[in-house]
Amino acid sequence: MKFPLNSIAASVMLAGAVGAFAQKGETVKIAMIEGLSGPFANVGQNQLKSWQLVTAHFAGAKNPAGVTFEVVGMDSKSSPQEALNLLKAASDQGFRYVTQGNGSNVAVPLADAVAKHNERNPGKEIVYLNYAAVDPVLTNDKCSFAHFRFDADTSMKMAALTSFMKDQPKVSKIYLINQNYSHGQQVSKFFKEGIARNRPDAKIVGDDLHPLGQVKDFAPYVAKIKQSGADTIVTGNWGQDMTLLIKALNDSGLKVPIYAYYAGVSGTPTALASGGDLEVYQIAYNHSNYTGELGALMADYKKKFNDDFYTFSIYNAVALLGEAMAKAKSTDPMKVASAMEGLKFKGFNGESEIRKTDHQMQQGMWISKWQKVDAKNKYNVENTGYTFAPVKYLEPYIASTPTSCDMKRPSP
Amino acid sequence: MEFFVISLLNGLSYGLLLFMLSSGLTLIFSMMGVLNFAHTSFYMLGAYFAYTISGTLGFWPALFIAPVLVGLLGALFERFSLRRVHKFGHVPELLVTFGMSYLILELVQLVWGRATVPYGLPEQLQGPLFTLYGTQFPKSRSFIMLLALLMLLSVWLLLTRTRIGLVIQAALTHPETAEALGHNVPRVFMLVFGGGAALAGLAGVIGGNTYVTEPAMAGAVGPIVFVVVVVGGMGSLAGAFLASLLIGIVQTFAVAIDQSLASGLQAIGVKVTEQTFGHELLQLSVAQVAPILPYLFLVLILIFRPKGLLGKREG
Repeated sequence: MKFPLNSIAASVMLAGAVGAFAQKGETVKIAMIEGLSGPFANVGQNQLKSWQLVTAHFAGAKNPAGVTFEVVGMDSKSSPQEALNLLKAASDQGFRYVTQGNGSNVAVPLADAVAKHNERNPGKEIVYLNYAAVDPVLTNDKCSFAHFRFDADTSMKMAALTSFMKDQPKVSKIYLINQNYSHGQQVSKFFKEGIARNRPDAKIVGDDLHPLGQVKDFAPYVAKIKQSGADTIVTGNWGQDMTLLIKALNDSGLKVPIYAYYAGVSGTPTALASGGDLEVYQIAYNHSNYTGELGALMADYKKKFNDDFYTFSIYNAVALLGEAMAKAKSTDPMKVASAMEGLKFKGFNGESEIRKTDHQMQQGMWISKWQKVDAKNKYNVENTGYTFAPVKYLEPYIASTPTSCDMKRPSP
Repeated sequence: MEFFVISLLNGLSYGLLLFMLSSGLTLIFSMMGVLNFAHTSFYMLGAYFAYTISGTLGFWPALFIAPVLVGLLGALFERFSLRRVHKFGHVPELLVTFGMSYLILELVQLVWGRATVPYGLPEQLQGPLFTLYGTQFPKSRSFIMLLALLMLLSVWLLLTRTRIGLVIQAALTHPETAEALGHNVPRVFMLVFGGGAALAGLAGVIGGNTYVTEPAMAGAVGPIVFVVVVVGGMGSLAGAFLASLLIGIVQTFAVAIDQSLASGLQAIGVKVTEQTFGHELLQLSVAQVAPILPYLFLVLILIFRPKGLLGKREG
């Protein structure tokens, strides 16, 4: 029994050694473990196509490492349990890179499972590219070496948003309305921390948490917001909870500016447009009117799929992978992971970096405004005639937040 | 006062929409004894049909055509599926409607896609009807209220004042006798099921553009509709009406109450700190639990009054 194990180890090492010099022309398979059916399927499907489009764009000559990527979708049905099973399946099928993003409830156990898998299966390690799950614990208490986050976490977005509000004298009475689960609670918590720092004069006049996806009629909440005399609404709501809130606000004629987290996710723009002329701002790493390489990709996506490409963190993830593989001269996940640490690269917002201490990408944030398309902002979101026009860019250092991560690195 | 009036209006309009949704369900149950799990799927179909029809013919024709189409589908479903299963008893009936709800969901996703469709309000229903203390009351909501009341009136008139209504009532309590008198009882059942589905379709036509038309809309209203029917009393139209209004109003006002059990205890002199047993639970405010109050209602009703508020039969 000893002999074959040794020979496997030797051959793996040999393969690694060969790979170290000859990553050029290799195909790197990435498993995308995501809810591709069920209630959030439209988002998952959209992002699978995004991955495939972006990796096709970065193939061959466009790729600094000269590798090609192949992205395969695996349907987790948005369930953590399913996702963990799929991780095993992906490992069995030889995938060394997995990606997931929708739902920190899936991301946290998945990151944990990847770390355990790597401990138990030396030589078959997996790297987890997280493109959208924003729970801060992933890069704080529960950070791990194999996990990399390309979205900005809630603490970063709220730091950027509250810093933006420093120059907004109109913001004085703020109403928070969020979904009552980890994400919504964090939005509320980090916003309150940030605003106390940046705008100690501003008052929080309401802090509502409502059950996730249970509210059919937001009119009572709107009546409450009106009664509180708020002049600004901040919400981390997404999906139906976001669209129904917008509709109720429109119906009541309460014209209070809303600062939202997820106004651009599939379906929400359509609901926004059918609502009317509400003042909606989005805090995110993007807006919808990029030119150049990313703009061309967006146009390409629209032409091919008649849908919008908006998960730009995927662009950063693929760009960084290429750079890191070129630097590591290998496609071996652990070597690439080490190469990614602290690597500065050209993201779609300019120079970006994966912070070494916690594997959180440091990036700038955009405040964008929902408005009708015009000469300057042409991109037509979901064919609604509206767009997210950039208002202000907040440099990476503004959005940067400290981490409590104490990462265990594999011994070299 | 201002807040009270606005909230009362909001509660009433939400309650009336709930009534539109649940009246068809309670009707079918009282007439046929079938608990129709596919009911909210018919609601969804109504919204999608109306979306497609209003794209070509406009909203107002859709308001009539879509419910008729949904009613026809409901009648066909009763004729070719439910009727065959009927003789095996209630559980297979229930299961077949359950299966139907999945079938409709997948079909809707195949035909219209998984994303939200841009089904907007017609121009005549956009904007506010009146403004009260600076808060607008939208025309769309008023229209829902009007339709719901008209519906209640016409269904009640149909059942108690017309010949067909009397036949339906007779077929419910004494099917054999009604049949012996020469009435086609299975056809009456088909009519009732089709009618119930059409009512759900009608609710969909206006619910779809007042709220959001998407594949998840059926699942989103499914549980609450059952709460209305159970609380009101299985098969009681008046009970459903009362329960809808009650749930609408209670839920609306609960949102406004920021007090929690903890603050209530403190008010009567009990000290509550982070160390108190169940602190997390005690500090939940009434507003936070408002949307789940109807389900609490459901449980309480089932314990203390299983036949519902105005139900006739023992549970």
